[in-house]
Amino acid sequence: MRRISGFYQSLIGKKAVVACTGLVLLGFLVLHVIGNLKGFLPPAAGGEPDIDVYAHFLRNVGEPLIPHLVVLWGVRIVLGTALVLHVVTVLQLAAHNRGARPIRYRGAEHVAATAPARWMLVTGCAVLFFLILHLLQFTFDALGPPIAPRANFGCVYQNLWEAFQHGGVLLFYVAGMAAVGLHVFHGAWSALQTLGIDNPDRNRGLRAFATGMALFLFLAFLSLPVAMALGVIPEPSAYSAACSASAA
Amino acid sequence: MKFSLEVWRQPAGDAAGTFTSYEVDEISPDSSFLEMLDILNERLTESGGEPIAFDSDCREGICGMCSLVIDGQAHGPQRATTTCQLYMRQFDDGAQITIEPFRSGAFPVVRDLVVDRSAFDRILRAGGYVTVHSGPKPDPNDIPVEPEVAEKAIDAACCIGCGACVAACPNGAAMLYTAAKVSHLALLPQGQPERFARVQRMTEQMQKEGFGSCRNYGECEAQCPKAISIDFIGRMNRDLLRAKVTQPIDFRGDMKTQ
Ligand code: HEM
Ligand code: FES
Repeated sequence: MRRISGFYQSLIGKKAVVACTGLVLLGFLVLHVIGNLKGFLPPAAGGEPDIDVYAHFLRNVGEPLIPHLVVLWGVRIVLGTALVLHVVTVLQLAAHNRGARPIRYRGAEHVAATAPARWMLVTGCAVLFFLILHLLQFTFDALGPPIAPRANFGCVYQNLWEAFQHGGVLLFYVAGMAAVGLHVFHGAWSALQTLGIDNPDRNRGLRAFATGMALFLFLAFLSLPVAMALGVIPEPSAYSAACSASAA
Repeated sequence: MKFSLEVWRQPAGDAAGTFTSYEVDEISPDSSFLEMLDILNERLTESGGEPIAFDSDCREGICGMCSLVIDGQAHGPQRATTTCQLYMRQFDDGAQITIEPFRSGAFPVVRDLVVDRSAFDRILRAGGYVTVHSGPKPDPNDIPVEPEVAEKAIDAACCIGCGACVAACPNGAAMLYTAAKVSHLALLPQGQPERFARVQRMTEQMQKEGFGSCRNYGECEAQCPKAISIDFIGRMNRDLLRAKVTQPIDFRGDMKTQ
């Protein structure tokens, strides 16, 4: 306990917590987007969209050894803890920093800092706002039609399809992913520098990694919504599964 | 040359300060920034005014005493240059120049452009001693050091402790200074015995002084008159994290069997 509290009380320890939780969240985003890309796959054997099969799988991972939903909730708890730690620590550091530099300069403030680096708190808050609405929309089904038309629980493909027929929803996702991209552009490199992994030999490579991550997440996350909005992939009714039958 | 200056004037640390405008003319392009201020001060004194207080000592870029934020940049617009080594030919004739003190909660203004940087001395002192043997004079090159490592250590030791990194950092962090001081010893064999204790003590003191936390903006490196690399910040973080995770808190505590 003494070790943990000593670690967390130091500024560099706090910053390492931000970096590690940021990397955990980043790892989650990569897995999440790979799952999303299943929306482009042809239907599974029973005619069910592949992404729906995947969604069922996430609920049943490890069955019968591990009970229904346990893995899903395990992951949710880990991610929730990481997110809370990330945000709480970031706010503590921001409050501390305000005291460390109470007076601003009249002249220009920045020579080296990139815009995404300076906007971390803003893009971070935008990501948080996006995340809350995104979870309310698709996970908790709290927004209701037409934004989150829940034709049938588990009919992921169809629910997504109908949501992205609304221009406003699509626009909101574009903005949310732009915030994620900007956050990751600085964050993915910054975390590695914080943890002392960057050095002059690796710098170019690690910065390229962060840029690549930001672009990949932005483009890959938006590919499915855009494809659905433009109708370049099959409509849900093309799938011969229970979902399309029960559609309103 | 001729310049219009906007200078921060503050009669004392606890008094309110404001910007005051001054016009200076007949300045040689080859006079340094501090010489330009000397000339202005001389004229101010002759006309019965109060001279502008600013710090300087060696005026050859090695002592770290000069400071000033010139047009929003610590030590002015020229990279890798102290204010004392900055010449007026770097500015356009007739330019308007804003001069402010180094701003940081941990560097209180003493007067005008002079700030109290003794927080740095306390960080350095927190580093403590380095064990060296006190017997007969050792042979030269008794302790082998790889030339690249020695060069890297000297890059860190180039820090003149001026505080530009703190002034440049939007978060008022003293990471570059502390990292340079920590790293130059951590890189050398002579600094190994106290390596992990030192990094913990110095960063603790840094935090106690109220310096901010690093956001990896890189402003410190860009405005450092000795162009010290943020690589040292990564090194310091690595050492500190390692110390916090692996070094015993209680080196000599008791243990029981089970
Ligand atoms: C999925 C979501 C997120 C990911 C992948 C993520 C990732 C990261 C990463 C990798 C860093 C760099 C850490 C470092 O510099 O050492 C970072 C920093 C930061 N994050 Fe996030 N983050 C996320 C959500 C958020 C949220 C919701 C906020 C809300 C306030 C936020 C605010 C910040 C801020 C302000 C920093 C800079 C902290 C500092 O340097 O003091 N992030 N993030
Ligand atoms: S006065 Fe010594 S470094 Fe500038």
